[in-house]
Amino acid sequence: MKGVRKTFPGMIALDDVNFTLRAGEIHALMGENGAGKSTLIKIITGVHRRDAGAILLDGQPIEAHSPAHAQMLGISTVYQEINLIPQLSVAENLHLGRQPMKLARIDWKTIRRRARESLARLELDIDVTRPLASFSIAIQQLVAIARSLDVEARILILDEPTSSLDENEVKQLFTVMRRLKSTGLGIIFITHFIDQVYEVADRITVLRNGRLVGEYETAQLPRLELIGKMIGRTAADTPRPERARPHGVTERNIFLQANGLGRKGSIAPLDITAHSGEVLGLAGLLGSGRTEIACLLFGLDRPDSGGIAVRGRKVRINSPRKAIAEGFGMLPEDRQSQGLVPDLSLRENITLALQARRGWLKPLSRKRQAEIADRFISALNIDTTNAEKPIRFLSGGNQQKAILARWLATEPALLILDEPTRGIDVGAKAEVEKLIASLRDRGMSIIFISSELEEVVRDSQRVIVLRDRAKVAELTAEDITEKRIMLAIAGSETT
Amino acid sequence: MIAGWLQRYATLATTALVCLLLYIVAGSLYAGFFSPRVFVGFFADNAFLGIVAVGMTFVILSGGIDLSVGAMIGCSSIVIATLVEQAGWHPLAAVLLMLLLGALFGASMGSLIHFFTLPPFIVTLAGMFFARGMGFVVHEESIAIRHEFYPALNDLPATLASWLHLPDGGVQFVGRYLPLTAVIFLLVLAVGIYLAHWTRFGRNTYAIGGDEDSAVLMGLPVGRTKVQAYALNGFCSALAGAVYTLYTFSGNPTAGTMLELDAIAAVVIGGTLLTGGAGYVAGTLLGVLIFGIIQTAIIFDGTLSSWWTRIAIGFLVMVFILLQRLFQRTLGSARRRPS
Amino acid sequence: MKRRQGQRRSLSMPRIVWPLIALALLLLFNLFFTDGFFHIEVRDGRLYGSLIDIIDRAAPVILVSMGMTLVIATAGIDLSVGAVMAIAGALAAGLIARPEYSVLSNFDIGGSFAVALLIALLISALAGAGNGTLVTVFGVQPIVATLILMVAGRGIAQLLTSGQIVTFRHESFAYLGNGFFLGLPVTITIVVAMLLMIGLLVRRTALGLFIEAVGDNPTASRHAGVRPHFIRLFVYSLCGLLAGLAGLIAAADIQAADANNAGLYIELDAILAVVIGGTALTGGRFSLLGSVIGALLIQSITTTILSRGVPVQYTLVVKAAVVIAVCLLQSERFRLLIMHQLRRDGS
Repeated sequence: MKGVRKTFPGMIALDDVNFTLRAGEIHALMGENGAGKSTLIKIITGVHRRDAGAILLDGQPIEAHSPAHAQMLGISTVYQEINLIPQLSVAENLHLGRQPMKLARIDWKTIRRRARESLARLELDIDVTRPLASFSIAIQQLVAIARSLDVEARILILDEPTSSLDENEVKQLFTVMRRLKSTGLGIIFITHFIDQVYEVADRITVLRNGRLVGEYETAQLPRLELIGKMIGRTAADTPRPERARPHGVTERNIFLQANGLGRKGSIAPLDITAHSGEVLGLAGLLGSGRTEIACLLFGLDRPDSGGIAVRGRKVRINSPRKAIAEGFGMLPEDRQSQGLVPDLSLRENITLALQARRGWLKPLSRKRQAEIADRFISALNIDTTNAEKPIRFLSGGNQQKAILARWLATEPALLILDEPTRGIDVGAKAEVEKLIASLRDRGMSIIFISSELEEVVRDSQRVIVLRDRAKVAELTAEDITEKRIMLAIAGSETT
Repeated sequence: MIAGWLQRYATLATTALVCLLLYIVAGSLYAGFFSPRVFVGFFADNAFLGIVAVGMTFVILSGGIDLSVGAMIGCSSIVIATLVEQAGWHPLAAVLLMLLLGALFGASMGSLIHFFTLPPFIVTLAGMFFARGMGFVVHEESIAIRHEFYPALNDLPATLASWLHLPDGGVQFVGRYLPLTAVIFLLVLAVGIYLAHWTRFGRNTYAIGGDEDSAVLMGLPVGRTKVQAYALNGFCSALAGAVYTLYTFSGNPTAGTMLELDAIAAVVIGGTLLTGGAGYVAGTLLGVLIFGIIQTAIIFDGTLSSWWTRIAIGFLVMVFILLQRLFQRTLGSARRRPS
Repeated sequence: MKRRQGQRRSLSMPRIVWPLIALALLLLFNLFFTDGFFHIEVRDGRLYGSLIDIIDRAAPVILVSMGMTLVIATAGIDLSVGAVMAIAGALAAGLIARPEYSVLSNFDIGGSFAVALLIALLISALAGAGNGTLVTVFGVQPIVATLILMVAGRGIAQLLTSGQIVTFRHESFAYLGNGFFLGLPVTITIVVAMLLMIGLLVRRTALGLFIEAVGDNPTASRHAGVRPHFIRLFVYSLCGLLAGLAGLIAAADIQAADANNAGLYIELDAILAVVIGGTALTGGRFSLLGSVIGALLIQSITTTILSRGVPVQYTLVVKAAVVIAVCLLQSERFRLLIMHQLRRDGS
């Protein structure tokens, strides 16, 4: 791609971007949020039309008019949300739109046979007659990849494929990717997991703010430099909040005590204590159960065992409403489906939880709503020209901040933050971490869930480590290091 | 393996079971219920409901809905009757024209729905008003059909049977037990099953109903398929109107009032999800049969008034929906994102 | 009630503009082409005229539309309102007239209209609550849940009247449909009163906000401490109640309960009114006033057609055309297409 440019009303999404993919290579496309990665991909796959620039395949100019057309040109994409039909069988999904026919009838037998063959090429042996949805996301992804291969892709684009996979599944995926690479396929790998990039990518392209920062050989680009290129500063400039001071916590400060809290199939019974004025970090890999605990505490799920006591008083939390009444707040992991009310304005979104707690008979006046909203808009530096626009028009990072504002507005005693920095740019991340520290200093009890180990280490006074849906360790003070946490997750003894 | 099979056919099996149960209960309550004549009646008397329901199945499978089918029956029947009795057309020509018009009508609705992203409910609602109104515009009152072709048409199966040199007993059998209306219904059903399972059009319909956005990204011809599904439904409802004229030897612009509801009920009871993407045409057959059994049972009873049919159907729909929910909750399997 | 102007879709005008324009055009048309359309005369201290007529006849649809607006705002739908109207009418008429063929003759309420009214409204609200329960507790899709009552409900109404048309003579009941209050038909007064009450209820409390939130994103709403179940149960019950009221007015109008025809297809008119009025079927932001305008538009079309001497069957065809026209105008893609065409022709 040469000199590609794309504008949307009010913003330049891509400005003079070049991108080169070689056959038989895995090429990572990286950039912070809003850098333009997804726009670039949408142009390649025909979802958007570029405003300027050229796209060449094998030296020949091409233009995809639609995703279907792109597929015909040999460009296949596997998105994060598996874009297949869940109720239909695996075999059928692989052949939709190109079923082999025999005498004006679909040849199901051949379909099943070919399906098994396709999947065997990816070392997958499953019952192809079962509905796609009955398999795990990892397997569904492999099926999606198999389909791409079946339609003879020359280029395979993987958009954040590892976000929902556990470690083994990621390894499996990488094996498949390497094998595909050796057959001459060109793979574009979009991800924000830096470790994974270094594990499997041959080259890296970094975008920032719609512009090309550079194209590099992975082997020749140190991590620190990569991060620097992505955020536009060298690592030395990255503002780092001071290492959290060990805080004096005594029995007096216990806000919440949960004993033997567990739920079958979700999380094994564990004890968890949250103190006022302390940040409790929950560390663990994807799938270890961190969000599950949060859901139990916040009343989104019902526990099978154990109980919760707030300030020594036993409580039964069976709905978010009850949790909120007890002084809890929770920033959900998936702000899109669990947080935003897209057509309501920023102001209404921010004041929603507060209003819900007050009840329907005591509405906040427009004036009060605006006051509260403005307070948090400036405190969190939410970038918006008008608090009356539907919130779906705001960028991801600002949406995240808005939901955070919603919970801060309720002035909770316990605030659960599930991946608060996911999806927001580095500058905003630092702001959020500063905010967490100041809330803690004001006496709030905070449970901080994050996949970024260094964040957990930096901001928590105590850390509970989870592995495979069970608590495996609890660390305090000097013991809180990335190494200790990783050891706990790995399962060896901590000295 | 069993789990997969069970998952797929659970609702269908349940419907079949209920159908059988109802039949047995009715038969044990009312003498003469098990007679072949009654059995044939299920197909012959409910032919237009059945034909419409088959078409409706495709529309619902694709994730849409069509409220105009009942009105179309009325419009179709009066147009045919008017053409035959007042314009001197030959019935076959009239029917063929109406079938074409029905398909075009369906296609137009489908196009509006897809290309302008209008809600199917509203568009087909407007379609219903339009069709019903046009029926009255063509002719305000019902018209009796006296064309000599009609009785001949009704005897078609028997004529064919004797033409095929079947023995006398055979011809009589066909004449008594395979009336044209039932035959047409069964034909439509067979074609429906073929389309649903052995054509790309059918499988694309399932895909679109299952997840339309994914279907687009997979490169499936979503627009074309949707329009085709609605066109098919329009065709079926026009055909049902023609069958109505065969059954009553008349055309009536008020025919088919509220029939769309019965059709939707039959499809739902048959196990097709109203959200689309899952269900079987065979299920719709079962739904129609259940409808027929209940209606016939009420007639046999003599003491129950006809409105009990409505109440019974409503009750059954409720039971089936709740069962569907139960199945979805226990056997459902979309994995949650781990964290 | 009235949507805050200019804020919903930043690129287009608020949706309430289109039906207003359509209504204005229609009235304008009548101003020029229909004699005496705007003629209002005062007789015995009461107002009469075409305009008054329109609102009077539209009363049931307007009431049902109000309830439907709130249900649709929660991303639901209620197909059973016609059946509930029939049930309410049958109940009230049966309890008052007590004909022997009806099972209702067994209940003696002393001919009190107030009691009949209360019972009918209560049962209607309960029917709505039943729908709400199916939707919330059992997780049944609204279309299906209310389809059940739509199919079975008419059967129930017919059961109550034994399939007959129950006539009654009762002054208070008749007053509901034909009486006058402060110079205007009682029906108009009732409509205005309900509009005010419900408008205040949803906009002066946080209910409107919760309804919109639940319709827009029920998961996020629950997460924020709203109770989607409670909200949904409320709107379906209210919708049932309003349908019941509409049924009583319809029965009062003809002084009879006709289980077969009362409210036939009114759910469709109501849904149309709501959509025309700018509330999206997918839920979220709603406009009560928009739905009222939509209902008036639909009724105006019918009256205009009749007053022009066009045979009544054309009403349906014209309604269909208007619906499609309004929907197209609200469709983003259609507008883009038209603008594209205009630009091409212009240059």
